[in-house]
Amino acid sequence: MLSKREKDLIKEIWERLTPVAAEIGADALLRMFASYPGTKTYFSHLDISPNSSHLLAHGKKIVLAIAEGAQDISQLTVTLAPLQTLHAYQLRIDPRNFKLLSHTMLVSLACYLGDEFTPVAHAAMDKYLSAFAAVLAEKYR
Amino acid sequence: MVKWTELERSTVKAIWEKIDIDEVGPQIWARVLIVYPWTERYFGSFGDLFTITAILKNDKVAAHGKVVLKALDKAVNNMDNMKRTYADLSQLHFQKLEVDPDSFRLLADCITITIACKLKSALSPQSQAIWQKFLYAVVDAMSSQYR
Repeated sequence: MLSKREKDLIKEIWERLTPVAAEIGADALLRMFASYPGTKTYFSHLDISPNSSHLLAHGKKIVLAIAEGAQDISQLTVTLAPLQTLHAYQLRIDPRNFKLLSHTMLVSLACYLGDEFTPVAHAAMDKYLSAFAAVLAEKYR
Repeated sequence: MVKWTELERSTVKAIWEKIDIDEVGPQIWARVLIVYPWTERYFGSFGDLFTITAILKNDKVAAHGKVVLKALDKAVNNMDNMKRTYADLSQLHFQKLEVDPDSFRLLADCITITIACKLKSALSPQSQAIWQKFLYAVVDAMSSQYR
């Protein structure tokens, strides 16, 4: 359960990161590919080498979707409806992978924000990303 | 037994050398209790853990953080012998402390994230992958006596 304070904190952090969405997203993806090589199997159609335009574009897409969800967390199911359909019927990414990207996203945030990524921010963000992943997987079955 | 390349050994050591146990130990332990509050179930004797402020100020939390990192130091220096190095600690956590081994994974993730806050972009994706391989080997070793 996210408190109002946590929701405000999450919204504020993602608003601040929107200008560097491509950088953060690409970093999280690279970390995921390095730590969990099985995730690369979903990206054979893209050039996922560091700094590739594909990687930056894809990273940006993911971060902007996360940031958009953060604008009104109580409406996640509505905001994510198109992405739910995409992931369930087209991409069919095993939802266990959402946890892996959530983890590397937290590491990317920690690397970017340093000590500003306090335990409170970390807890709130972990809860938000878990909720985001759960909503994303809702149409799978 | 986990196999380590020279690059992996040197990467783990290089990361570890940058960590000040006395500074980071308390931070890691506070982070675990704040991010995964159910882990407080094991720390009834630590006194006030009811608020974030209390956790951050708690001396026993800080002391325990240092104890845990000193134990991790043993793993850094015994990468080829982790199961044997941790057999007694694993036994203790299973039989006496009755700690759910999933908690070790939660701790591992908090260690990685705390280190990421300190090292920032110096923790590259490749270093992170190697560091996590090391931590998951420690988690395995700590879980080895659970049967």
